[in-house]
Amino acid sequence: MSDVLAVTEHRQGELRDVSFEVTTAGRQLADATGGELALAVIGGDVDAYAGQLDVEGVDAVYTVAEGDEFNHDVYTQAIEALADDLDPQYVVAPHTVNGLDYAPAVAQHLAVPLVTDVIEFDASGGLAVTRELYGGKTEAGIDVEGDRAMVTIRPGEWEPAGGDGDARVEAFDADIDDDAVRSTVSGFEAVGAGDVDISEAEVLVSVGRGIEEEDNLDIIFELADALDATVSASRPIVDNEWLPQDRQVGQSGKTVTPEVYIAIGISGAVQHVAGMKGSETIVAINNDPSAPIYDIADYGIVNDLFDVVPALTEQFQ
Amino acid sequence: MKILVTVTEIAEADDEFEIDGLSIDDRYLTYDLNEWDDYAIEEAVQVSEAGDDVEVVTATIGPERAEETIRQGLAKGADRAVRVWDDALADVDLLDSATKARLLAAVAREEEPDLILSGVQSADAAFAATGVAMAAELGYEWAAVVNQLDLDEDAGVANVHRELEGGVEELTAVELPAVFTIQTGINEPRYASLRGIRQAQSKPLDVMTPDELGVDRGESALALTSLEEPETESDATYFEGSVDETAAQLAELLHEKGVGA
Repeated sequence: MSDVLAVTEHRQGELRDVSFEVTTAGRQLADATGGELALAVIGGDVDAYAGQLDVEGVDAVYTVAEGDEFNHDVYTQAIEALADDLDPQYVVAPHTVNGLDYAPAVAQHLAVPLVTDVIEFDASGGLAVTRELYGGKTEAGIDVEGDRAMVTIRPGEWEPAGGDGDARVEAFDADIDDDAVRSTVSGFEAVGAGDVDISEAEVLVSVGRGIEEEDNLDIIFELADALDATVSASRPIVDNEWLPQDRQVGQSGKTVTPEVYIAIGISGAVQHVAGMKGSETIVAINNDPSAPIYDIADYGIVNDLFDVVPALTEQFQ
Repeated sequence: MKILVTVTEIAEADDEFEIDGLSIDDRYLTYDLNEWDDYAIEEAVQVSEAGDDVEVVTATIGPERAEETIRQGLAKGADRAVRVWDDALADVDLLDSATKARLLAAVAREEEPDLILSGVQSADAAFAATGVAMAAELGYEWAAVVNQLDLDEDAGVANVHRELEGGVEELTAVELPAVFTIQTGINEPRYASLRGIRQAQSKPLDVMTPDELGVDRGESALALTSLEEPETESDATYFEGSVDETAAQLAELLHEKGVGA
């Protein structure tokens, strides 16, 4: 039972990058346990995916050809069948929207502890993980009791695996019970197809929760006008419907890489940073000096945005 | 029809705080209703307002302190509340999702709801796992990270949108009964009216122990061993001075970058 099973992810015909990150994380665990690393690829063009996943450090790729797209009832059955067969010590899955649609169910069915959104682990003597608590304000060390566990890892924390592998590729018959598939995916929809494409903008003036009220957005638009920039936002602004969804930067919104990104009243939650960290120059205006946005900002003004923003606008008038 | 909404009281830390052992010093914590659960309550109340004879029950795991938070849900339109607690739970540093799922599933077995809504995650621990684990425990169907929910009771299904990464939604039909974890933005949570707040004081709020629910409290599989403030990795250049001075410095930088030219 020293093996590790890592579950890969694909959508609409493409493997997602996080598949190679769970591969790295899985290898790290397998090195600690002295076991093999097996990958699971479920649904879609599994043979093509298996070829791409045959990278350094992978011992085996198990393919389950069932359906085209993700379905959690298929995934849970397939992973549980693989776990029965392979008897892995650890199962690793990505902490993605789909990962959290099956991992808790699999852990429950297999009766193993689950720890999610892990950013670091050490399996040299039992499993110890690091993950955030209190909304990202602290990092906690956590010991996972027992011999086995299921872990979901935060995307972007492990380097993607690469290089050439010589993995065994095996078709696995998971014996999926169709009666237990009680959900049907009928399609996908791209959200917020508006007239502004923030991912094309060279300068973004981005606004977050610190703006407090919808009426206060005026000062943001005035600054954007003065700078000839486009206005984008973090999640709370869009959730409040103060700006349309197509203005949202972040994991569930758009990924942007402008020349200049001015983050105003944005704390810099990991989901937001995922969507803007590739910006050329990042400027943060936030009155909380410990806000995580300053970890990735190139320039900062630690002060009240309601004072700084109008003053900045004035500089351009 | 009965809808069970699982809610949690979260602890939010001030910008500046001190760590005392394995938790943030209570002086720097504010307790409130979990933001995701606020949306889940609103979704349930909207279903109850649109239909006949829909009962909305909230369930929470929490100490007596949490009752104020639970009343918020009642003030917004939930009909009654159940609070699960055992003093021994106060000694657990970090409750794992399996334990929470087992306790909440025990409430669901008593209530036999047609639909269970929970928030995608709690703002403090953010495991994002309790809802789906509870579905597995109950043998209910489920969907995680739902940002649109349309019930078709006659067909016994719910048509949902799941919010995937990158501005894409997955359209899925899910057989009922089911658990849905609700994403923020699915609706516009109401503020409680004064009348609602008054009425909430007289709505039933039952307290149950795991014993009374006939379920083993169990042991959390997760043991907290350390808690620290992450070291700041900032290498930002900070503009210092008065508001006008800092604005002028930033303007100069932006001019250099060709912004606003």
